[in-house]
Amino acid sequence: MSHHPALAHHFEDLEQQHESATLGMWAFLITEVMFFGGLFTAYAVYRWRYPEAWLEGSHELDIGLGALNTAILIGSSLTVVLSIHAAQRGESRKIVRWLLATIGLGLAFLVVKAIEYSHKFHVGHVPGPNFASGDFVHTETQLYFGLYFAMTGMHAVHMVIGIGLFAVLLGMAMRRRFTPEHHSWLEMCGLYWHFVDIVWIFLFPLLYLLGRNQ
Amino acid sequence: MSENHVVPLSLHLKVFAALIVLTGLTVLVAFADFGRMNDVVAITIAVTKASLVVLYFMHVRWSGKLVWVFAAAGFLWLGILLSITFADVVSRDWIPELPM
Repeated sequence: MSHHPALAHHFEDLEQQHESATLGMWAFLITEVMFFGGLFTAYAVYRWRYPEAWLEGSHELDIGLGALNTAILIGSSLTVVLSIHAAQRGESRKIVRWLLATIGLGLAFLVVKAIEYSHKFHVGHVPGPNFASGDFVHTETQLYFGLYFAMTGMHAVHMVIGIGLFAVLLGMAMRRRFTPEHHSWLEMCGLYWHFVDIVWIFLFPLLYLLGRNQ
Repeated sequence: MSENHVVPLSLHLKVFAALIVLTGLTVLVAFADFGRMNDVVAITIAVTKASLVVLYFMHVRWSGKLVWVFAAAGFLWLGILLSITFADVVSRDWIPELPM
């Protein structure tokens, strides 16, 4: 009996191969949870230590742009799911369309982030020798901006990697490499993208929203 | 249980709508004053949103038990990291400084 060309010889069938890929991806995502977990823990410890500085820092962020980026990322998670849905039904052209939408939304997120970053460079709210410490009462506010750039910066790096992955997937989709039986690459990159979305789902309230009632 | 389970399009759109509504909600309640409960409300909404993404978009709801164990393990270890760190940070001032 001839087997599916995508089936590696050490697997029984495509379903077992897919389940192995899913577990491997989740094992990788656990390491990612711990990587960002370290940053979130640092954030929580310093916020506990210097609540006034955190209050001052969070009031400098633009909630409108943060909320816009949250909506953009949630939208891009939807387009990823729709591309997988199209692959399951063998609709090749829809896969290409939804992957293009995902890449577009990912780039839009980075553009908004770049606008926010350039504003902070412009007003001197970037930690370092040129930090506009005169703008703030508490010196630890610089620590807040250090964590802001570390956390959103590492998140943005993950976004750039994700967009690169989807560019590769787009090439595969245009060569009609995804079939209803086998599109594990699409699903695994989707898991990664959703994880990056979840990181932002926590970054948005923690950095932009907490303390706005005061 | 099957990995090739096809989720209906309407469910994806409902999850997307719920995530957008929750995003709007978390912005709105951020300006309301619940005292220290503001943090709890914001984190609760974020955890709800993350759960929707994990269960539906990441397909865990229809995945095998091993995937559940893997997904839960990540958050269990994150919990250990946070709880042991905070057990130290929060309790530091409880004991007055000891003479050397």
